[in-house]
Amino acid sequence: MITFYSFVFLPFIFALLVPFLYKYLNRQVHTGWFVLLVPLTIFIYLLKYIPGVASGTTFEYTLSWIPSFGISITSYIDGLGLLFALLITGVGTLVIIYSIFYMSKVREALHNFYVYLLLFMGAMLGLVFSDHLLVLYGFWELTSVSSFLLIAYWYERKSSRQGALRALLITVLGGFGMLAGFIMLIMMGDTYSIREIIANMDVIQGHALFIPALLCILLGAFTKSAQFPFGIWLPGAMEAPTPVSSYLHSATMVKAGIYLVARMTPIFGGSAVWFWLVSGIGLVTLLYGSLTALRQTDLKALLAYSTISQLGLIMSLLGIGSLAVYFGPGETGKVFMVATFAALFHLFNHSTFKGSLFMVVGIIDHETGRRDIRYLGGLMQVMPITFTIALVGGLSMAGLPPFNGFLSKEMFFAAVNDVSQAGIFGLSKIGMLFPIIAWVASIFTFVYCMIFIFKTFGGVYRPEKLTRQVHEAPLGMLISPIILGLLVIFIFFFPNVLGEYILTPALTAILPMIPISDYDVKISAWHGLNIELIMTIGVVVIGLLLFKTAKRWIQTMRNYPHGLTLNHLYNVSLSGTERLSASLTNRYMTGSLRHYLIYIFSFFVILLMGSLLLLHGIQFDFSNDAAISIYEAGLVIAMIIASLTVLLAGNRILAIVALGALGYMVSMFFVIFRAPDLALTQMVVETVTTVLFLLCFYHLPKMTKRIERIPFKLTNLIISIAVGLTVTLLALSANGHKLFEPITSFFENAYELAGAKNIVNAILVDFRGFDTMLEISVLTIAGLGVYILVHQRSKRREQRETE
Amino acid sequence: METLIVILVGILVSIGTYLILSRQLLRIVLGSSILSHAVNLLIITSGGLKTGSPPLLGEKVATYTDAIPQALILTAIVINFAVTAVVLVLCYRTYQNFGTDDMEQLRGNEHE
Repeated sequence: MITFYSFVFLPFIFALLVPFLYKYLNRQVHTGWFVLLVPLTIFIYLLKYIPGVASGTTFEYTLSWIPSFGISITSYIDGLGLLFALLITGVGTLVIIYSIFYMSKVREALHNFYVYLLLFMGAMLGLVFSDHLLVLYGFWELTSVSSFLLIAYWYERKSSRQGALRALLITVLGGFGMLAGFIMLIMMGDTYSIREIIANMDVIQGHALFIPALLCILLGAFTKSAQFPFGIWLPGAMEAPTPVSSYLHSATMVKAGIYLVARMTPIFGGSAVWFWLVSGIGLVTLLYGSLTALRQTDLKALLAYSTISQLGLIMSLLGIGSLAVYFGPGETGKVFMVATFAALFHLFNHSTFKGSLFMVVGIIDHETGRRDIRYLGGLMQVMPITFTIALVGGLSMAGLPPFNGFLSKEMFFAAVNDVSQAGIFGLSKIGMLFPIIAWVASIFTFVYCMIFIFKTFGGVYRPEKLTRQVHEAPLGMLISPIILGLLVIFIFFFPNVLGEYILTPALTAILPMIPISDYDVKISAWHGLNIELIMTIGVVVIGLLLFKTAKRWIQTMRNYPHGLTLNHLYNVSLSGTERLSASLTNRYMTGSLRHYLIYIFSFFVILLMGSLLLLHGIQFDFSNDAAISIYEAGLVIAMIIASLTVLLAGNRILAIVALGALGYMVSMFFVIFRAPDLALTQMVVETVTTVLFLLCFYHLPKMTKRIERIPFKLTNLIISIAVGLTVTLLALSANGHKLFEPITSFFENAYELAGAKNIVNAILVDFRGFDTMLEISVLTIAGLGVYILVHQRSKRREQRETE
Repeated sequence: METLIVILVGILVSIGTYLILSRQLLRIVLGSSILSHAVNLLIITSGGLKTGSPPLLGEKVATYTDAIPQALILTAIVINFAVTAVVLVLCYRTYQNFGTDDMEQLRGNEHE
């Protein structure tokens, strides 16, 4: 267990070391050479699992993390995880070799680059081995973050920062969706483990959260794997250094969504929603990606859209393959199982040829200084090796023999032909669309592959348009694409080696319910003259025709209005959201105290009145009222008059005098209500306050002369009456709802308990002395505050005086 | 009696609120003073206004008025006094610094 984790977490550990290596050794040795050891070691270590996994055993390791919440880093090694892990470390090794020659030792901040890259590699490895849903989510977001860092590696460029931000926003949005889906899944299955959820399938199937969980998880998968319409971040991510594009955005990270769909197939596969979403969106993405790729003039953008398109192909194959879950073991189930197998096969093939193609573009960029096909051409003579690699990769992507893309494309055609005859989920009506879309998209794929190869390497060599003296790339840069290219050819001739040892165990992991015999998934290069082969011949013939006439129609495609692209839509919605929230906030955050008070008072009235009315709280009980004497009635009238005077007073002195009168009348009330201490305090305090008011006015000379009325405002009136009414009703209802006897009788023992005859004073200093202490602190603080306010001269006033 | 006082309190609260919603700084202070009077009256009313003798044990009587609200109000009066003093001085300083007591003119900039 310890060995396993030390290998899987090696990238994280090594990421800590990289800055030191860079600081002390980079002058002598390119830091990449040290980093190279990491994926290589893990790759070799993982190779030893192949025989075991191929024979059907799985391995499980657990590292306890938060045991009280049942969270542990559970790793589960089965065929699917191993396939991805081998891709991650294998392609990772090659990419790092490539990056050693691509990234300058002198000019680039290599420590950042390799730290991010290792972080990504570790996250991806953790992701594919995780059995625990929440841990999987953690690694998932770590891949998003490290991808964000890598895209913005040249952070001084604006386009890099924009691309990184867009990628982060979209993938994290999907990540949150996925987290919600995972939580629903955890609630349904009552466990965190994916395998246990699969084992509890019968509980989950009919659950109300089944479809919401499905949709949320698919949102995560689609955003990560750049499916329609979330694919727009991938072309933006091409601002990253080419090794990153090659590694993250073609071979590994974008396949995390594919991995997720494959992983979840035993749970959700077999439902119509899953089938239609996965295969439908996959096909739409396939068509959209291949069409848009045609319009690109930048080689990396072309490859980005082709990646989107190929990911759509894999996704649609997984969707078709999920029908096998519906049909279960049996002949029909096995037919669709082959589609899943094709998905895995193409996934592997795509990593090989797309990785090499990106590296080829990187070489072209590096050697010519251009990536735009309008400036390139005739590189065949100067860069023969690069050309050969591009030819191998390009033709494999187009689906031609003798390259591995041919095999997987034939299997794809077979799968779409089969699905049109499945006869369930409404397929009998529109199932025919599947082969048609697939076929049309394949033609476009063929055309853009031709454009990629022959517009760059064919035609006339125009050195005057290029910024550098062009020559063949150094050997070190060529090693990785050559290895990938050789793999492309090798898999064509010996596909079953891969099929038997790697892909079949992965298939077992995706479709555990279907027994697989050796015969079922044999890949054969020559499979007879059947409908798939005719389709491929059709693709080549029509594709060549279209390529020959490309000059005529491709310009029309490039004129496709910018306003209708998804990119534009995204930008508009983003800036629209910003504008909307800004205007919304500006509308209610006016900076006017009166407005804020209106919000507060209205909320107060609505909440209290609403709950009083809704809960039938208004209840009056006048039976306990004391009798009204003439003094009190007179005082009440006088107080109302005084307060109205404050309100309506024309000048402020009158208002202050009226306020003072009000205060003295309150103290008279205290006299009537038999509260001598209160009456005394109120009298003194009122006097001092009035003096303070007057003092204040004395110091504000202009104010005393200014005579003004309050401008009448209907809103203010309505709100203040509503507030007063609320308080009155609340107080009356509270008086009507006396539930318990007061505890006053206890304090009447003041003499026995505290030795005091004045109950109020006993309460203040004995029973509840703590309040009094704090009240004294309030007075102290207020005194200090007044002192500081009066004595500290303001900067503004000093300025005025110095001027 | 309680009902009458509660109605008075309601009127005082209305007037105080109206003053607080106005534009001049000092009127806002006046409004809050009226509000505090209203609240004090409300507290003493909620204790019941049954006639009894003042809460002084020297007097040999059967019933006293409720002493707890009185203690509470005493605290409230003092605290309110402290706050009013600070607010008044703040008004004074505001006028000194900005030359106005109009809340609309004192309101913050849009991007603060």
